[in-house]
Amino acid sequence: MREVAITGLGQTPVGEHWDTSLRALAADAARAALDDAGLATVDALYVGNTYGAAFSSQSQIGALAADYAGLHGVEAFAVEAGEASGGAALRAGYLAVASGAVESVMVLGVEKSSDTVGTAHIAARNVSLDADYEAIHGATLPALAALLMRRYMHEYRVVLAAFEPFSINAHANGKLNPGAMYRNLLKPGAFGKAPVVADPVNLFDSAPDGDGAAAVILTSAAQAADLVPHPVRITGSAGASDTLALHDRRNLLDLNAVRLSTNRALAEAGITREAVDLFEAHDAFTILTVLALEAAGFAEAGRGWVLAQDGGIGLTGSLPLSTFGGLKARGNPIGATGVYQAVEAALQLRGEAGPNQVPDARIALIQSIGGLGSSVFSHVLQGKC
Amino acid sequence: MPAPLRTDAAAQSEKYTFSGTGVIYSFTTVTEPPAGFEEQAPYALALVKLDEGPLLTAQITDLAPDEPLAIGDAVEMVTRKLTTEGERGVILYGYKFRRVLPRA
Repeated sequence: MREVAITGLGQTPVGEHWDTSLRALAADAARAALDDAGLATVDALYVGNTYGAAFSSQSQIGALAADYAGLHGVEAFAVEAGEASGGAALRAGYLAVASGAVESVMVLGVEKSSDTVGTAHIAARNVSLDADYEAIHGATLPALAALLMRRYMHEYRVVLAAFEPFSINAHANGKLNPGAMYRNLLKPGAFGKAPVVADPVNLFDSAPDGDGAAAVILTSAAQAADLVPHPVRITGSAGASDTLALHDRRNLLDLNAVRLSTNRALAEAGITREAVDLFEAHDAFTILTVLALEAAGFAEAGRGWVLAQDGGIGLTGSLPLSTFGGLKARGNPIGATGVYQAVEAALQLRGEAGPNQVPDARIALIQSIGGLGSSVFSHVLQGKC
Repeated sequence: MPAPLRTDAAAQSEKYTFSGTGVIYSFTTVTEPPAGFEEQAPYALALVKLDEGPLLTAQITDLAPDEPLAIGDAVEMVTRKLTTEGERGVILYGYKFRRVLPRA
């Protein structure tokens, strides 16, 4: 296996793009990434997309995106792993280049979420749950997150307000990001009064679905040094899975696939957690961030929420989270989020994050989670040593 | 040539009948339902810990409006309509749980 680097970045703003189609979003991000890398084309295109068929009545998004991005004739297909589809596509691209099978890959994440609304949107989203044992009972992703959150609060005697700093941090960082879906600050104390989605999960606790596309170009690290002034190396890449149904977990509050994929990615990179300068977590719900911090080894069980107190997760904190707003404020373009994380972490490591810059960022951990931990992909990115 | 795979899981496992009783392990109220569940919303959804050990995801039914639930409440399984696939579609029945009724 050879070392892989990210040599090009592209992303559209996340939001409700009523006047832009799935294909146009994909093409915009793809062209931006090619321009950034100084390439006209790539050998293969791997697309992260979760709900193209359900939201937009569109499958074969690989061929569609290749066509509209001007990548005529290249190998192209979509990768699906629920909400972790973006992370899975990055993993596929990484493996293809690392193996030597191809020289250059585009990993593109795209989702057009606003094409369906209301109960139809929620039903479309539900296809990534366990159809026979969860969705059939009227479960939804926020409802399952609520079951986790209530049990967590019960077992560890944690109050709702303990989760608020995660959303406040996401919005503080989103405010600085011109591509973020929500650029408003969250007032302290507002969290507990927000409209309830599925008690105790509320509107300020859960990430908003949005439309968007992001793309990265991957080449071998050896080649990257000749192509761009500031390649970012992918030094760790790992995926893991857990039971699809939440109720089948050995321990409900232990995200085992987060643990497995984080440990493997860090081991491959040859670093310890203490060396991580920033963590792009999959903050679809604050409880998911808390449980991921614990399973990834940044906190003991029952203590993940403590990391967010006293500014520890801010841009200058000990473990910056959601540095461009995360899913919560940048927005959640579902199957594209894993690729947005890669773009954002690469900007941090290049020192091109503008007002969102984490000082002296050298090592980033990014993590894409499907459902509530069923599919997890973790990557370690490193800038100049 | 390898023997054809047996796909009849029942033939390879032991039949076991659960008591149908358990306790609420966690719960929520679904206020934003998916299509097919609009008429039932808001409804209580729970993880039920069966007396035999496993967890199940199911609705808690037969509750009075705003009747409070708590982790640890005793519940029993009942058969109920889960959803209807449209006005002329198939009606799906399955299990829900209700509070354990007092026995005479």
